Amino acid sequence: MSPMDAALLRQLYFGMLRIRIIEERIAELYYEQEMRCPVHLCIGQEAVSVGVCENLSVDDYVMSGHRSHGHYLAKGGDLPAMMAEMYGKVTGCCQGRGGSMHLLDRSVGFLGATAIVGSTIPMSVGAARASVMKGEARAVVSFFGEAACEEGVFHESLNFAALERLPVVFVCENNLYSVYSPLGVRQPEGQSVIGLARGHGIESYEADGNDVVEVYNLSRRLIQEARGGGGPRFVEFKTYRWREHCGPAYDNELGYRTEVEFQQWKARCPIEGLETRLLEEGILSPPGIGRMRSQVGEEIEDAVVYAKQSSFPDERSLMEDVYAP
Amino acid sequence: MPDREITFAQAVREATDLCMAEDPTVYLMGLGVPDPKGVFGTTLGLQEKYGPDRVFDVPTSENAMTGVAVGSALAGMRPILVHQRLDFALLSMEQIVNQAANWHYMFGGRGGNLPLVIRLVVGRGWGQGPQHSQSLQAWFAHVPGLKVVMPTVPYDAKGLLIASIQDNNPVIFIEHRWLHNVKGHVPEGAYRVPLGAARVVREGNDVTIASTSYMTLEALQAAEVLSEDGIEAEVLDIRTLRPLDQEAILNSVVKTGRLIVADTGWKSFGIGAEVVALTAERAFAMLKHPPHRIGLPDCPSPSTPALANRFYPRATEIVSAGRAMFGLRPTGIVEEASVPEDIPDPSFAGPF
Repeated sequence: MSPMDAALLRQLYFGMLRIRIIEERIAELYYEQEMRCPVHLCIGQEAVSVGVCENLSVDDYVMSGHRSHGHYLAKGGDLPAMMAEMYGKVTGCCQGRGGSMHLLDRSVGFLGATAIVGSTIPMSVGAARASVMKGEARAVVSFFGEAACEEGVFHESLNFAALERLPVVFVCENNLYSVYSPLGVRQPEGQSVIGLARGHGIESYEADGNDVVEVYNLSRRLIQEARGGGGPRFVEFKTYRWREHCGPAYDNELGYRTEVEFQQWKARCPIEGLETRLLEEGILSPPGIGRMRSQVGEEIEDAVVYAKQSSFPDERSLMEDVYAP
Repeated sequence: MPDREITFAQAVREATDLCMAEDPTVYLMGLGVPDPKGVFGTTLGLQEKYGPDRVFDVPTSENAMTGVAVGSALAGMRPILVHQRLDFALLSMEQIVNQAANWHYMFGGRGGNLPLVIRLVVGRGWGQGPQHSQSLQAWFAHVPGLKVVMPTVPYDAKGLLIASIQDNNPVIFIEHRWLHNVKGHVPEGAYRVPLGAARVVREGNDVTIASTSYMTLEALQAAEVLSEDGIEAEVLDIRTLRPLDQEAILNSVVKTGRLIVADTGWKSFGIGAEVVALTAERAFAMLKHPPHRIGLPDCPSPSTPALANRFYPRATEIVSAGRAMFGLRPTGIVEEASVPEDIPDPSFAGPF
């Protein structure tokens, strides 16, 4: 691991803390029943979003799936527009037409998240090919979960990306569950996700998705290699979703996963782990953390106020934008 | 050269060529695009002219390649994706329906334009059978956010394809295999035929025959036979299914009071159902006779010519329907006996 400067470490910590606080606030507010759309929180998985996106410039593209809040925020997506989208307001990033599963902020290269598992993987590959055709030096990051590796389109996309040596980095967040279905009922024992990617001839790695420094360092290299014409790269980050698949609550009482398993992963919280280390090394201080927390607290409260006070779309806009002019 | 005649396939090729020459973001991909046959001649020579970066073969991955086309469109390109059969594109319905069609609306108009042409080939006869010839245009036409085009004559094939490529939305462009070799007048140079406009191919006051794609040729044949009985049919080539030119259909029906819809697809829940429903809702009082739909019967497409003859409608059925509307017995036989019913013309020796 390369030595990292203190400012970067603080940045990584702050990025994760920010997503955590925003997601927790969404969970609290969700009970008001004013956000009338599904939400898929990424609490517990923040290190992947932050560690990867910290290596991207505004010109690089990111696409994602249904659990995209962290990716959107880490790429620089507008927070008030995201909150307003969840409240179904006209100021939302999709004017309220998409909801939480359809985040978009083209101004920062977040080309879109959509709600069908695996569907933005080929689009990421296509965006990469467009960049090559136009002679641009962009990298494209495609975020998806391990269930997407069970989709045919995953394999088709990896094959084409490898065939054309396109500048895509496939980032698989393996959180072990597809809704309530564990990996064991979906993929054969002993088969690894990166084994699938390697089968397509793509250089592939697996790493601890709860260690933001590891995520950052590995993805930094892979993004540089892909951007430099080395062909696509694949990385599987092992991580864990703390809350229910969809919604604000914990759901361990359902029995589809054990409390012991949950506690083991919670003990490996990506934020607490780094916080402990940075406090020990004197890179963070308790008052410094306090300031970060209040900064994010203010940011999210402003965004919530903005979202709540914004107007709903006019009913007369129902039929607008079906087609581009 | 006002009288220049080229085939439908050449017109498709010419439209693609002109658009690629004019706009460097237009590119063409699909299984077999650069192969020696060039998708029935529609893509011949284009890779030589524009290079393998803009004209290329693809893996047999219909769904992902559609996603690749979508993603490239979002990043500023204008892809043309070709399938040699519509049936193959069914593997990509996820990308077409969930993603491409919804994109502009679901992102509030901010998701970027999605200019994308997907060329699909439908057909009939020569044993194409259940999975190589299905006319499923109604599936696509059902979906808001898509545009669906079905040209009949070479002039429209060229003008509609240019308009489709220049459109900022996903367009499903459906070509009938029996039209590829049909010749017609086509001007040189670029011109657009606007999407969403039907065309009166033959004027008449007694019955409207609204038709799609190849069935327009059958309708024209039928109109000549009906004329011998003193029934003057107006043949309306629908050309674009979505957006549908409702006014053109209604105007014609208001004039004639009678409607036959002839479509290459299945009758049930099909284009005919939509056009008849439109007419019933908006011009019911003008109808002098119940409308009639001509389409495929409710069974899959059989391969053997013995059954294909019963399966695919021809001009004779249109004539019978027209005569029935005037109380005449269905005796009008169209002269077509010399051509077997599973090929478009006597020169055709298979396979597709």
